[in-house]
Amino acid sequence: MPPVPIFDVVLGVTLIGVAVRVLMTADLFQAIVLFIVFGLLMSLAWTRLHAVDVALAEAAIGAGLTGALFLNALAQSEHRDTRVAARPTAASFLVHLPMLLLGLAFAIIVGHSLLGLPGDAAGLRDVVDAGIGRSGASNPVTAVLLNFRAYDTLLEIAVLILAVAGVCSLGPAPAPSRGTDSPPGPVLLGLVRVVVPLIGVVAGYLLWIGTTAPGGALQAGAVLAAAGILLVVSGIARAPTLRTWPERALVVAGFTAFLAVSLGVMVGGHHFLEYPPDWASHLILLIEALLTVSVAAILVALFAGGATAHPSASSSGRE
Amino acid sequence: MELQAATWYIFTGIALSVIGLLGITLSGHLLRKILSLNIMSSGVFLLLVAPADRLFERAPDPVPHAMVLTGIVVAVSATALALALARRIATASHQHVPEEDAGE
Repeated sequence: MPPVPIFDVVLGVTLIGVAVRVLMTADLFQAIVLFIVFGLLMSLAWTRLHAVDVALAEAAIGAGLTGALFLNALAQSEHRDTRVAARPTAASFLVHLPMLLLGLAFAIIVGHSLLGLPGDAAGLRDVVDAGIGRSGASNPVTAVLLNFRAYDTLLEIAVLILAVAGVCSLGPAPAPSRGTDSPPGPVLLGLVRVVVPLIGVVAGYLLWIGTTAPGGALQAGAVLAAAGILLVVSGIARAPTLRTWPERALVVAGFTAFLAVSLGVMVGGHHFLEYPPDWASHLILLIEALLTVSVAAILVALFAGGATAHPSASSSGRE
Repeated sequence: MELQAATWYIFTGIALSVIGLLGITLSGHLLRKILSLNIMSSGVFLLLVAPADRLFERAPDPVPHAMVLTGIVVAVSATALALALARRIATASHQHVPEEDAGE
């Protein structure tokens, strides 16, 4: 039984330390930057646990996109009370103490049950290995995501659509207090000109390689969303408000294709979402391609956070 | 139980979950609550994936990896919705800190 490598010990301690700093530091901007650092360190932890697909997704979505969402939210908050730190009163111990006890109970119960698991259980590894030849993908995670547990992925895309519908249904976003209509600087424009085509290549590669190596539609969609966010932030593209039908079509394209395929296979006598084995790899690639585009559109729309209220804008077709 | 790297990450996952849980309930600012929610979800994902890597010299179990991938995507959509709601709350009440915290 090998001892824990020193790298993992240092990584774990650093993760905990950065998480504590995120919560204790008074400056919110510093907290958000530390959170992005936390996300990148988590990506390292996933790689150490041999979960490379999860590492890609954590770096792109967990660190990058979530960090961008937070920075955007911070920049748009009118009340910059970022340094508020309430003085602890006697009444606050009524809340602190039960929460500490609850946390301790959680740690003990979860630790006892997880550490009591057998040390060499294979889990569902063997079941996946038995079926992967007929699944249409040789990357086990992609096979699980888009074939064995495709129903979960279908509903996950539905959750994404619900979230963007929720964000856009909150009405026009309140305009930021400081004017942000200054033209983008030359550094940002130069960066966009260089990086956006590269992002397109990387996203296409991640999508294509996802069936045989770590990668896939979600990671490719997140990377493509980064390009969309860059274009929106630099003013080259308009922020998507999901009021026009082309934007809405992009958002629902992935889910529609997925649902069409999962229902379409029933025509050939199969069950819902049961791909015929010789069509499986093509169906998976088709679904993944449309999912990439849709996930990118949804994530950029989530970043834009609904239409900004302009005093002179005429909202056409607003329900 | 012998100590492996995966076991150490289980400890880390528990610590991060507890830190996130305490952060959600004990911090006043809405943005910090949402940050803590993300930290807690990262801790819970560690608790899902770390036990999947306990096979010596074999590839890990891919099903928890797929579940955590789904979880990461759902977490970002929940975060985006929560941030939009927080911004509306802040505009409506002109502050990010709930009333009972500021007016003690």
